[in-house]
Amino acid sequence: MTITEPELENSPLLELLGGFIVELREAGLPVSLTENLDAMEAVTHIPLEDRESFKYALGATLVKNHTHWKAFEVVFEVYFSMRGEEYVIGSETEGELSGDEQEGDENALPGQGQPQGGGGGMQSLTPEQLAEMLFKALLNGDMAMLSALARQAVMRFAGMEPGRPVGGTYYLYRTLRNLDLDGVLEKLMEETKNQTSQPLSQFEERLERDEFLDRIEKLKAEVEAEIRRRLVADRGVEAMARTLRKPLPEDVDFMHASREEMSELRKAIYPLTRKLAVRLARKRRHGRKGPLDFRNTIRHSLSYGGVPAEPKFRFPRPAKPEIMVVADISGSVASFARFTLHLVYAISNQFSKVRSFVFIDGLDEVTRFFEGVEDIGEAVHRVNTEADVVWVDGHSDYGHAFDVFWEKFGRDLSPKTTVLILGDARNNYHASQAWIIQEMKKKARKVYWLNPEPRAYWDTGDSIVGEYTTHTDGCYEVRNLRQLESFVEKLV
Amino acid sequence: MENHFEDVIGVRASLSNVNYLADDGIAGIVYLADRLGKPILVEGPAGTGKTQLAKSVAEMINARLIRLQCYEGLDESKALYEWNYKKQLLRIQTEGAGDWNEIEDDIFSEEFLLTRPLLEAIRAEDRVVLLIDEVDRVEVETEALLLEILSDYQVSIPELGTVEANQVPLVFLTSNATRELSEALKRRCLYLYIDYPDLEREREIVLAKVPEIDENLADQVARIVRSIRQLDLKKSPSVSETLDWARTLILLGISKVDAQTATETVNILLKYRTDIEKAIKEFTDSPDGLSEEEE
Repeated sequence: MTITEPELENSPLLELLGGFIVELREAGLPVSLTENLDAMEAVTHIPLEDRESFKYALGATLVKNHTHWKAFEVVFEVYFSMRGEEYVIGSETEGELSGDEQEGDENALPGQGQPQGGGGGMQSLTPEQLAEMLFKALLNGDMAMLSALARQAVMRFAGMEPGRPVGGTYYLYRTLRNLDLDGVLEKLMEETKNQTSQPLSQFEERLERDEFLDRIEKLKAEVEAEIRRRLVADRGVEAMARTLRKPLPEDVDFMHASREEMSELRKAIYPLTRKLAVRLARKRRHGRKGPLDFRNTIRHSLSYGGVPAEPKFRFPRPAKPEIMVVADISGSVASFARFTLHLVYAISNQFSKVRSFVFIDGLDEVTRFFEGVEDIGEAVHRVNTEADVVWVDGHSDYGHAFDVFWEKFGRDLSPKTTVLILGDARNNYHASQAWIIQEMKKKARKVYWLNPEPRAYWDTGDSIVGEYTTHTDGCYEVRNLRQLESFVEKLV
Repeated sequence: MENHFEDVIGVRASLSNVNYLADDGIAGIVYLADRLGKPILVEGPAGTGKTQLAKSVAEMINARLIRLQCYEGLDESKALYEWNYKKQLLRIQTEGAGDWNEIEDDIFSEEFLLTRPLLEAIRAEDRVVLLIDEVDRVEVETEALLLEILSDYQVSIPELGTVEANQVPLVFLTSNATRELSEALKRRCLYLYIDYPDLEREREIVLAKVPEIDENLADQVARIVRSIRQLDLKKSPSVSETLDWARTLILLGISKVDAQTATETVNILLKYRTDIEKAIKEFTDSPDGLSEEEE
């Protein structure tokens, strides 16, 4: 493949693309040299003006994993979003320039006979009029109008000032607070009810609500994009890309995930478990490591005149381990325990038996929640709400939890059992009872400790993970899905 | 290299002529694949029209579709080529004791070669579209078989030499993402993710594929399906299930879907008991709504 070099040489587009790809790599996307070249060739076929196609062309050559698409989109927005003077944050030029911008928009979109206030711009509108227009646009699903309104809303409400070191979320919050979208949603529902002759059934009402919610989501996305465009104009591409950089879903830290990232993670875990299950099942079936089957080889040698030409092997029958998961579900480590339980149960057919226990300062067996349940997510939820794990004050007490475990379930440990202990070992300065772990190790096949904290924090403050793990077969840092996946695979 | 398409808009228009409603991304990438002469790797949830895309493109450019269905245990004798042993054996026997070198040259000629889909696509004289379906089902090692053909459009046969393509065929690979494909394979392809369509596109698809349906019902169908997809389900309804559902509604003579009809027919959209229960709960929003589905 040849790249039409003369065309691209020294072109500003090439330079921009170079920076773009560097940023993608910084964000953690694996972009190889060939892919880089492909992208450069691809853009010679697609005009830059056709932004959607241009985006997809770059995406198709550079992003080969759908979970990375979001990260790609953000970087794309920053590097290739519309830029121009109208986005410069500055009060005196803002008025007229964005006025022109508005007019341009109107012309480009025929059939939009909405009342525009005086003079074609929206600056002269009172806040009430603006709210009214927003309401109408949402009611009719007028997307062009919505994006114009989003722009106006950002100009009015975000209060952006040049050079102010505030993150985009702050502006987003300010803008949305002023728009009062929850209130608007209620009004929209009212309006729909009034418009139809018969009263809506619950079912229809729900569908209407979903539709409006969808439109409001689009409006929010517009507002966010608008703020981002302005910030890029103010701070420059590189700085902005750095601020917006977010970890890929598989690298999100369990302990510090935001609510949004959490829901991303929950979505990511299901395909992950499915993949893992398929891979493990395959490995089991295709393992050719069984010992030589002497009888079978001799039997087959008869058809070659007694020459053992075709060696036959026994099927490997690796013993399936028994798993006991003992998980701390207090505060910050709860989400980690949740994901691990989810993963372990999703591949439970790889184990002969799975039992699970959760604790904070008391300990409870929760295996029953998972028995005969199709929906693991639901079961995990029940664990968090119904398990009886508080003994005194609801602060982690590993020592007491292990005490209870040893007393009640210690006799169930056998040389087939693998014990997984999940937690950060922040023991609130209680007695450690580390001897129990030592005893466990003597009775069980393996004892592993998974710690969701970064290794650097271990044994600082009230963390006594070192004290415990001297007695275990291994202690692993498991902070994100990637590490969790690789540990579980090793386990099987 | 001869190009099939003029521009992105052209691709989109001619795809809709063969009843495939593409969005900007799909049309753009098909166009790009043609221009760059690269295969397209299509991923996405089941039933969103990945295989159909290849079929429609073939129909659109009047090309023959050559399909390789992948499965566990696929090997080169099924995918690339195989020597016709029986025929070779016959040839040797009829010749009797001839000059061995001569016979050897003879039995390893094209006459004794059985072409399999990949080689067939390479050697085709007419226009072809090659579809390698569910590529994630083959083992990682077998993937390597595809690499030569995907990057250089050629097949090396040790006894014959290298067979090069007469023309660069359009190649589609589909994957349900049951496993991560190798970097080497991904690097050679353009990547296209086909997700569930948005409301407008789904409505149009329903209208195009179920001609008897009227606009109102199609709109309702698309909306309800979107709402269902927003629930946290094991398996969201696919486009083909949406179409099945629309057809069922037509057969039942229903012109307006209410909670009752939705509850009764939701088992066409959803295939897991827990999913069905969840959906019905959402429809009716009352605690006793589950009773009719309980076994």
